[in-house]
Amino acid sequence: MSLIQVQNLCKTYENEGVKTPALCKANFFVEKGEFLAIMGPSGSGKSTLMQVLGLLDRPTEGKYFFDGRDTVEFDDDTLANFRNKKIGFVFQSFNLLPRTSVFENVELPLLYDATPDGKNKNKVLQALKSVGMEHREKYLSNQLSGGEKQRVAIARALVNDPEIIFADEPTGNLDSKSGLQVMKILQDLNNKGRTIILVTHETYTAEHAKRIIYMKDGEIVADDPVKNRRIADGESELLK
Amino acid sequence: MNILSPIKISLKYLLAAKFRSFLTILGVVIGVASVIIIMAIGQSAQALILDQITGIGSNLIGVLPGASDEKGPPATAMGISITTLKYDDLEALRNGKNVPEAEDAAGYVLGTVSAVYNGTDLNTSFEGTTASYVDVENSEIVSGRFYTKDEETNMSRVAVLGANLVEDLFSGTDPIGKVVKLKEQNFTVIGVLKKRGSTSFGLASQDDAIFVPLKTAQKLFLGIDHLAFIRLKVRDTKLISSAKENIMTTLRERHDIDDPANDDFSVRDLASAVKIITQVTDVLRYFLLAIGTISLIVGGVGIMNIMLLAVNQRVREVGLRKAVGAKNSDVWTQFLIESTFISFLGGIIGIIIGVVISGISAVIIQSLQYTWPFIISWQSIVVACLISITIGIIFGFYPAYKASKISPMEALRYE
Repeated sequence: MSLIQVQNLCKTYENEGVKTPALCKANFFVEKGEFLAIMGPSGSGKSTLMQVLGLLDRPTEGKYFFDGRDTVEFDDDTLANFRNKKIGFVFQSFNLLPRTSVFENVELPLLYDATPDGKNKNKVLQALKSVGMEHREKYLSNQLSGGEKQRVAIARALVNDPEIIFADEPTGNLDSKSGLQVMKILQDLNNKGRTIILVTHETYTAEHAKRIIYMKDGEIVADDPVKNRRIADGESELLK
Repeated sequence: MNILSPIKISLKYLLAAKFRSFLTILGVVIGVASVIIIMAIGQSAQALILDQITGIGSNLIGVLPGASDEKGPPATAMGISITTLKYDDLEALRNGKNVPEAEDAAGYVLGTVSAVYNGTDLNTSFEGTTASYVDVENSEIVSGRFYTKDEETNMSRVAVLGANLVEDLFSGTDPIGKVVKLKEQNFTVIGVLKKRGSTSFGLASQDDAIFVPLKTAQKLFLGIDHLAFIRLKVRDTKLISSAKENIMTTLRERHDIDDPANDDFSVRDLASAVKIITQVTDVLRYFLLAIGTISLIVGGVGIMNIMLLAVNQRVREVGLRKAVGAKNSDVWTQFLIESTFISFLGGIIGIIIGVVISGISAVIIQSLQYTWPFIISWQSIVVACLISITIGIIFGFYPAYKASKISPMEALRYE
């Protein structure tokens, strides 16, 4: 069974009676363990698609099955519960809580989970370790560099051990070295079996994925595997 | 989500903008402090007044001229002069036959008089009263003596001074045997009363008054033959109601009254006076409390304002929390706990300030020689805490609701 199955998915925004279609008739599958990049120019609908897939927004038409369940039927609480347990998000602008420690930022999803408090500490430290940020546990989020912030954000996305991670332009605000480090972490996570969907407008970044969906004007125009996949190893990247 | 997390978040935001936080909680601080102060001062003032009334003796019954409703004020309190109560009425009440419960009784007339001694001219109050005054009112003589029954009836020109007059009129020297001019007449000072420090109910302080024999005051000072009121001292407080019945029967007989509705006198005991004064002071206290509550509501509006601002400033944070799994109810609870915590914090600070100010006022008033008790009831503290929590919940409700309805997708795009 596919992790994600999308059938004729549409999203139209309506503002003061004016309808703006952002996504039209999207159809695709995402299997467990895939590393998919959604690519396209600005306004192509890639972010809208990610928000619908990430259960942050509801489609106006079509079917969306997540882990075999029809998400269109979900109420707000069920959506929140799915986002908490099955999905991790990484954003372009990090979205860390200001004046809050690295530990507390990573702990955030666990506050909305029924995890006993005693186990939280282990989970947070484990997540920080997996992105190499365990030594910054007590730092405040505003004391970190851009690259460190994004690694903390990835730790936050991982802390509830989700099925899938959605990364929306995760390297967009980073210098190339930090960007490469982030891509390496994402590739490592994928190598360990984690499903990842990456949204980017950069071909270079998208080529770190295994498969790319190309979008234009709200429609999927191509869905291809990456032939010459880039591998970020932290020092230099090699073309395969 | 546990309760500590939102409290930690509120503290963080409060500390991050200290001046703004100070202004936010100021309204609640002032409101709660004023409620505490009003309750404390109101209770202390009430205790002071009641203490002074009961200080005269709770076994006293007052007979006033003119009819009045038991619950309302006596007619004389409205400034109406009624002449129905005479010296013979007093004699009838104190003869031991008509009102056997009465130990003794005293009759009174009141007024002000100019007292002159050795060039000092003092306008002071006088009480023309019977020789039984000292026994009835539990007063004490510190030097000299009180006038006798003979002096009371034969218009003797003798005077007994309230304690303060020794200082005010005689500059602290021994006044016994000295002659003081009262309304151009010479009076010999024969005694000084012990300082009482409290006011008799309905009268100026005994300490500031000059006491002269009843008939002397009636004829020389006022030119009347009626009494302002009579006080009876009952042997036991349990006998008050039967004594009141006997007083009414006696006076009705003497005044030829068949129907109690036509009574030309009123009989009051201190219990009913205490009740009336308690009612009046309670009304005053609740009125002041209502004013204090208005400032609490203003404080609540301040909290609502700041919480709405906080919701707008923290749209992205709300979006993020929802993205990582916060339900609408989690966000709602968080903002409600925050507003309640801010209001409660203001309440606690207000209670501390209120208690301190009430304490300082008590010390200042006590230093002015008043027996002013420092009363902070636990009820006022509990009420202040509950009110501040309620204010936080009521005025945090809408901002919290607004925050919970923020769409995560729009919130994350919010700049």
